[in-house]
Amino acid sequence: MSLCISLTLNGEARDVTLDDPRVTLLDLLRERLALPGTKKGCDRGQCGACTVLLNERRANACLMLAAGLDGAEITTIEGLAVGETLHPVQAAFIENDGFQCGYCTPGQIMSAVGLIAEGDAGSDPERIREGMSGNICRCGAYHGITLAVQEASRRMAAKDEGDTA
Amino acid sequence: MKQFDYVQPKTVDEALASWEPNAAWLGGGTNLVDLMKLGVTQPQRVIDLTRIPDLGEIAFQENGSVRIGALVSNAALARHADFAQHFPMVSEALLSGASGQLRNMATVAGNLMQRTRCAYFQEETAACNRRIPGAGCDARDSDEEARALLGASPAYVATNPSDFCVPLAALEARVEVRGANGTREIPFAEFHLLPGDHPERETALADGELIIALHLPAEAAGFAKHARYLKVRDRTSFAFATTAAAAALRMEDGIIAEGRLALGAVAAKPWRVAEAEALLAGQAPDTALFARAAEVAMVGAEAPEHLEWKIDLARRTAARALAMAAAGTPARMPALPASTFGHQNGDLAHV
Repeated sequence: MSLCISLTLNGEARDVTLDDPRVTLLDLLRERLALPGTKKGCDRGQCGACTVLLNERRANACLMLAAGLDGAEITTIEGLAVGETLHPVQAAFIENDGFQCGYCTPGQIMSAVGLIAEGDAGSDPERIREGMSGNICRCGAYHGITLAVQEASRRMAAKDEGDTA
Repeated sequence: MKQFDYVQPKTVDEALASWEPNAAWLGGGTNLVDLMKLGVTQPQRVIDLTRIPDLGEIAFQENGSVRIGALVSNAALARHADFAQHFPMVSEALLSGASGQLRNMATVAGNLMQRTRCAYFQEETAACNRRIPGAGCDARDSDEEARALLGASPAYVATNPSDFCVPLAALEARVEVRGANGTREIPFAEFHLLPGDHPERETALADGELIIALHLPAEAAGFAKHARYLKVRDRTSFAFATTAAAAALRMEDGIIAEGRLALGAVAAKPWRVAEAEALLAGQAPDTALFARAAEVAMVGAEAPEHLEWKIDLARRTAARALAMAAAGTPARMPALPASTFGHQNGDLAHV
């Protein structure tokens, strides 16, 4: 079979032809669209390394069949920075040592972007930890991750206030 | 993953017409795609329902009941302001399940159809009567903790892993389904089946029937001020329940006018016992009363010697959920929904 889907991928319109309905969004990104920033960990929705934004909401790319995504808007870690300017969450992860080996980091950052947009956690560390529990870090960088999400959340809230003032 | 034929119907009628034996309905995919990768489920046709436009709505009716479309996501339902206000323990149960990512993907109907998390069901080389009728049950003599304490059969001892379904059972939800013979509603208590002699049968759905919506009756909102879901698990977050309970009290002048109690992770379906609820009616909230109700709810529970602790844990979970419900639904969703941990003196509950 051959199936065509249109995606908005990191802000850019992409037409993709799939020769197999079994291809997940994760494999599509990594193996066919040259976007290996999204990582494959467990491939079962348990580790969060493959987290992307699907229509602005965080989701596990490993459990989505690409065939079902016609018309979807996808943002991956490659789509966060604007030129050389890092996204506030990316900057906060660097400043707060939010990683060690870095393998889970793209998923952590995409999940944090989604969590902050959901608006329930604010900078409450307990709510951030709970909200980030779908992302496993085997280096155990959770302390830095929590600090990074707190700081990014504060900065983005302050910027929003500045924008509307 | 085995190859399959992929179709994407645009209407419910088209979806029903595309059904064939050994097809699978695809919603959020969080359970189905995982099981397909493991080889546990091998559908010849996958019918992707996500392009059907009218299955994604949450609609309050004039009489106060609510109709929830089959494709509404767990996250959208849990965070729907009116829904969370009227049915807070359903929101709490949803938010205690899975992760932020999975809750954005998983759907209401998919949650009702969630397969057991028994390790022997998920392991293709193990014997499992649910996966292959007549194959045997490797879980029965194992140390698997996701084991039914109630309603098990010699052929099948696993549990239903859903959090969402536990408060739905307590609140007497109804499942609207459509098939070749038209639309019907299934009372929640009849939706999931105990294994009996046919462990391969999981729900009351006929072959080719599709869940269209879920209904909660207006009366269910009468419990909103005293309704909690409590879930004991191996880790603080992102884990299936070891034991769970949904407890709801309708209070009148300090007296329990009506009580509801359903237990999760102890059977192949949410476990609700009328005699336990009857004990609560007309009484003042009291820890001894809640312990008695929990005791009655677990009458008949059986466990192998190494899991006897789980019977006691289930009783305590139920009693504590009732006490939490009596204390009142919190104004804001707790930082850790359905958790035994919580803020104390402003400190972090877990570090």
